[in-house]
Amino acid sequence: MLAKIHITLKKDVLDPQGSVIANSLKSLGFDNVNDVRQGKFIELEINSNNKEEAEKQCNDMCEKLLANLVIEDYSVEIEN
Amino acid sequence: MKTHVIVFPGSNCDRDVAVAIQNIIGSSPEMVWHKDSTINQSDLIVVPGGFSYGDYLRCGAMASTSPIMKSVIENANKGVPVMGICNGFQILIESGLLQGALMRNSSLSFICRDIIIKPTNTKTIFTNKSTISKMPIAHNEGNYFANSNQIKEIEDNDQIAFQYCDENGDINAHSNPNGSINNIAGVFNKSKNVLGMMPHPERAAESIHGCDDGRNIFESLLS
Repeated sequence: MLAKIHITLKKDVLDPQGSVIANSLKSLGFDNVNDVRQGKFIELEINSNNKEEAEKQCNDMCEKLLANLVIEDYSVEIEN
Repeated sequence: MKTHVIVFPGSNCDRDVAVAIQNIIGSSPEMVWHKDSTINQSDLIVVPGGFSYGDYLRCGAMASTSPIMKSVIENANKGVPVMGICNGFQILIESGLLQGALMRNSSLSFICRDIIIKPTNTKTIFTNKSTISKMPIAHNEGNYFANSNQIKEIEDNDQIAFQYCDENGDINAHSNPNGSINNIAGVFNKSKNVLGMMPHPERAAESIHGCDDGRNIFESLLS
């Protein structure tokens, strides 16, 4: 199965990189961009026949290593 | 005193800190490779600065899963003094020994220059000889963050070790190099036997460095 994991900064955490990206987009003429939040995308292949089990495992991976829960949120999507 | 310095692939301040320990504490530290699994008996474990595992994923995240870290955590929980400097601070945070997070500097630039810090709690094994001190920082991710509840807890337990300040000891936005919340440059664990700090005392430890203010942290450990 293929797991797609998004890791983003929590809403109350400042994202200076996001602000700089937003400014650059504006300078390119994308005036309607209000806010940019950047993050990480991790794709992993996992040997499992059980979607729920795979999701549980990925949540565990995020909590133990992939995300820093003090500053980051994560979401997991499993594809067959 | 029996001392240990942990060496990860990418550590680059391990030798500097070993020299400081040798010169100031008078103990020849055992250099412990990250793949070793035990430190039997120690009076001080230092997790040095550098770029362990190339800062992959998050600074310190990979190193925190190294075999030796289990033993570092066990020793810390037994009360052995553990000190993490720069990347070592990031590793101690990632391993859960210290609270909070170290994010990218607010300027988005790597900062390498002298700063001034003030000890916030001088009643600990690491800071009992500490005064306002000048020493270098050299990092890209030293912007300390914790949410308001965690900050309150850290403050209430006197866990702030050092804060960035100006030459007069005033803690203000101007003296904050990296955007750290409340100018925090270093924190302790609850029992104050684990210290993490971004500035490098080992790089300001003898007159040839141009400044030896960093000595007071190692001298504190002697008393």
